[in-house]
Amino acid sequence: MLRRGPPPGPLDYSRRWWLRAWLALTFVFLYAPIAILVLFSFNDSRRNIVWQGFTLDYYVKAANNVSLLEAFSNSLVIAALSTVISVVLGGLLALALYRFRFPGRPAVEAANQLPIVVPEICMGVALLVFFAEVGWPRGLPWPLSLSNIVAGHVAFSFPFVAVVVRARLAGFDRAQEEASRDLGASEWQTFRRVTLPYMRPGLIAGGLLAMTLSLDDFVITFFTSGPDTLTFPVKVYSMVRFGATPEVNAASTVLIAITIALTVVAMRLQAPPKAGG
Amino acid sequence: MAPPPIVRIEHVTKRFGDYPAVEDVSLDIAANELFALLGPSGCGKTTLLRMLAGFERPSAGRILIGGADMTTVPPNRRPVNMVFQSYAVFPHMTVADNVAYGLRVDGTPAGEIAPRVDAALEMVRLGGYRARMPEQLSGGQRQRVALARALVKRPKVLLLDEPLSALDRKLREDMQLELVRLQHEVGITFVMVTHDQEEALSMANRVAVMDAGRVLQIADPRTLYENPTHRFVADFIGTMNTFDVEVSGVEGDRVRVRHPLLGELEVARAAPHVTGGVLIIRPEKLRLDFSTPPVAGERMLDAVIEQVAYYGDLSFVFIRLDDGTRLQVSRYNINRVDQGDPPPGRRCRVGIHPEDLLLVDDGG
Repeated sequence: MLRRGPPPGPLDYSRRWWLRAWLALTFVFLYAPIAILVLFSFNDSRRNIVWQGFTLDYYVKAANNVSLLEAFSNSLVIAALSTVISVVLGGLLALALYRFRFPGRPAVEAANQLPIVVPEICMGVALLVFFAEVGWPRGLPWPLSLSNIVAGHVAFSFPFVAVVVRARLAGFDRAQEEASRDLGASEWQTFRRVTLPYMRPGLIAGGLLAMTLSLDDFVITFFTSGPDTLTFPVKVYSMVRFGATPEVNAASTVLIAITIALTVVAMRLQAPPKAGG
Repeated sequence: MAPPPIVRIEHVTKRFGDYPAVEDVSLDIAANELFALLGPSGCGKTTLLRMLAGFERPSAGRILIGGADMTTVPPNRRPVNMVFQSYAVFPHMTVADNVAYGLRVDGTPAGEIAPRVDAALEMVRLGGYRARMPEQLSGGQRQRVALARALVKRPKVLLLDEPLSALDRKLREDMQLELVRLQHEVGITFVMVTHDQEEALSMANRVAVMDAGRVLQIADPRTLYENPTHRFVADFIGTMNTFDVEVSGVEGDRVRVRHPLLGELEVARAAPHVTGGVLIIRPEKLRLDFSTPPVAGERMLDAVIEQVAYYGDLSFVFIRLDDGTRLQVSRYNINRVDQGDPPPGRRCRVGIHPEDLLLVDDGG
């Protein structure tokens, strides 16, 4: 560690104590609420204000709360479906925008960005009206009953995937596809063995984004879900209205753990097979 | 009777919209040739190469490879392989997987792949690099991977798109020799695109010089340099001096020309179609003279030294004739001491032997 020396450069934040302090404060600001949420999920108190002692009771309680579990599994199923569909749609859109020059391409590109900038509340209302207008079937058996929520989530998630994948493809050397064709591969072999592996980090990053967006979406879900379908954020909202109990903390902590685990797995998949620059 | 050509290009034209990239090109490439397509950027040489590979389809004309019509055959079904300018090595595969790629997509038996990959890597001297990733390789090594990847498929023709342009000078010179060695070793026809005239001259058996979509001349390097048919060819390959002359008579491969300073001369003409044009002479064929009498048949002109450019092995001396014509004379600095570049302003004479003059087509 250098104590004295030249003034810190743009990337030498850790050199000066006050810069370090600033960095630490930023992390506190970002993570303290989450840390407290997790900590108080172990609080042996009905009210979530003062630390009383350690307990796992609320995890047990949450695990036995049928409607909370249902909301939780709904959210996971919706997130999984919406992520898969968004990755496929977004990946294909990015590929089409990267590869083809067609009339109206700028319009398609702009239209793709629109769901990113349109306020969620407008999107929620729009989807509500849309589903009512087309007479989307209600009262379907689970998991078909989630279809309208999944459709809504895909609608605002896949543009993010497309943007991420498109950025990744910008660095792609098309000669690689030609080389593959030249070496005897068909169009499909070329896509599977050369183009897709190149897109993969973008697809994974976009997929993570889509999953996060879906898991914690409240507004659009609130507008599109029928009276019988609860997702985790909507359920938590209704629970918190009667006071935030450690049970909510416990369920949230589990969700955070799942998200972190999935992220770690995704990062592993994203890393190149061998270490290197 | 010459053996049948391995590549035959018949009246091939390629238009992009209204823009003619390649216009009515016909040429034959013999088996085991190292053939170069040479020209400035935008002359159509890369488009022609890409039509051989199958990435572009000719607007008109035919392309035959090994006697079979390949005009509309997709790239993956042609008996040719290409080394790309950017190398296009697959970044997510090891060196060995890159080289094995073309064999795997062909469904080559697994037992046959490994020995062929090893042999190809040995051939380009990358034997110890099988497990490396491309990002761990230098530019020259990546190019060797691209070469091995193409050669392992045993193509009838290997296409090389500006193979040396991304390498630095020293490496480029090594690679030139290496490619020629490889070509001898594998006995495959190489067709190479380049804009570097030295590269084309030093490597190729024959060179096609292209400009604005047309092939101006196809010849071996020595003929291209000593007997260019067009002013463009003479100018693109090396440097030259020109004299505007009046042609007064044509007889066989000789012409009679008149020039105000040189007088009446009989000189060679570059091709049967050249009946008028411009007289050219290479700078090393001019003799700077300060005192000696003319060599037999030599025409001597008065001149003044204008400028000297020193390049180490040789110097370019720029002189001006009495009628204002500027000439470029090259002199090898053959002695370490007393190189004696003449000072600017000094009067001298320049000796021109009529046999070194050539009448070429002024067009193209």
